[in-house]
Formats: sequence, C-alpha cells, structure tokens
Amino acid sequence: MAAHHLAGALLTLLGALFLFLGALGIVRMPDLYNRMQAGTKATTLGNILTLAGLALYHPSWALKIGVIALFVLVTNPLSSHALARAAHGAGVPLTEGSVSDALAEDLSPEGGEAVES
Amino acid sequence: MDRRWRSISIATLFYWALWLVLVQSFDPQEMIAGAVVAFFVAFLSKGEPFTTPINCLLAPKRILYSIIYVFYLFFAIVRSNLDVARRVVSPSLPINPGIVKIKTRLKSPLGKMILANSITLTPGTLTVDVRGDDFYIHWIDVETKDVQAATEKIAAGFEKYLEVICG
Repeated sequence: MAAHHLAGALLTLLGALFLFLGALGIVRMPDLYNRMQAGTKATTLGNILTLAGLALYHPSWALKIGVIALFVLVTNPLSSHALARAAHGAGVPLTEGSVSDALAEDLSPEGGEAVES
Repeated sequence: MDRRWRSISIATLFYWALWLVLVQSFDPQEMIAGAVVAFFVAFLSKGEPFTTPINCLLAPKRILYSIIYVFYLFFAIVRSNLDVARRVVSPSLPINPGIVKIKTRLKSPLGKMILANSITLTPGTLTVDVRGDDFYIHWIDVETKDVQAATEKIAAGFEKYLEVICG
C-alpha cells in the first residue's frame, strides 16, 4: 500500500469521525439552534477532511475536490443561517436555560417593528 | 448599464472557469454548454459578487489580507470544530446558549456577508439575523450579553482583516 493511500485513508477516517460527532450532536443537543451549531461546525471539518483524504488518495482529482471543498465552505453557513433565521421567525423557542434572546427583545412591540408570528 | 454588463461578463468568465475545472475536458461541446450556463447564472444574479469596482479587489494590500484571512479562518474553523466536538461528547453537555447582539463596523454588503458567514463557521456562534449593522448571534456558550464586549469576542478578529479587504 502506497504511503499516500494510507495517509488519504487516515484523513478520510478522521473526517468520518467528525461527521459522526456532528450527528451525535444533532441527537444530543436540546433545541434547534444548538442542533444547528453541531450540524454546521463538526460537519465542516468532517467534510473538508474527508475531501482532503480523497484528494490524497486520487491526486488527479485534487483540483476538482478543491472546488467542491470551497463550495461546501460557502454554502454550509448560508444554509444553516437560513434555517436558523426561518426558525426564529416562525417562533421556534430557545431551550430552557438559555441566557438571552436579544433578537426577540428587539422585535418586541415597543421597538415599533411587528413581531413575526 | 455599462457597469452592469462588465460585472456580468466577469462573473461569466469566473463561472466558466469553475465549470472547466469541474468537467476537466476541453471538448467543444462541454465548453459551449459551460459558457451558456455560466452566462445565464451570471445574468440572473446580475453579476454578483463582481459588482464592486475592480480596483477594490486587485489592490496588493487587499490580496495580501485576503490570503491571511483564509488561513486565519481555517484555524478558527479547526478550533471551533474541536470545541463543539468536545461539548458534544462531554456527558454533562456543557452549554450555556443564548442569542446576543453585536454591532459591526463594516459598511459594504459583501463585507457583511463574509463576516456573517465566517461567524457561522467559527466557535459556537451562528448568525441568526442581520438588521442593518446589527448581527444577532446564537452563541453556544454566552460569555457576555453586552453588545460591545460580545462584538470584541466574536467579530473583532475578522473585522480587522475584512475592513481592509472590502470596507
């Protein structure tokens, strides 16, 4: 087994570990927003490590994989932001024990802006 | 009008280059199909994100700061991944979540977009909403509810570079 195959396989394994932790976070976290945190964070590195492992394993794919990694980096925060914003607009509550909700405070009636319901 | 078409042509070339990297072939059919698709995407998005004047993108200092920013962001991402992974595997689930407000100094829409996305990618912070200069951030471990202090903690590191890159 060539050295770059071994290194690629190890990187991919490490990436899979982070993806697993992301999935575990989605199960364990108490509310939507914290789940989004686990779903965005652990999976970004998981994806990138998996792709980097593939690039090492098949060096001829490296350029293409670089573009895909860039795509993941750009779209991952966009989609989680869109989901979190939509959830807040739809009134999904924060978990009990949350410290503050500055957005809900600023949206409340005396601020002059209508509260989305 | 003139400027709009210039943005659209730059965007078309950029998307076409991406297409060629992805298909990895110089077959005339692939190239023509790519050019058509690239033009439509650029046309529908009105040339975004290439509507900023070109001298804003090509100044040497901006390019240097962009490169530093990429590395800075990469390490922030690694740190945030380890941090969230640690919280997920701890049996006691050590989180202290809440939504805080921060204020950005950045003025350009592109700069705000990059800042919001960078915040989402980094340690336990998720941009929930942007209203003018105010960002509402879901923070997995709220250290401070004060607008100033939270801005310092969450955004200051990125703003330092983004201010130079695109104001």
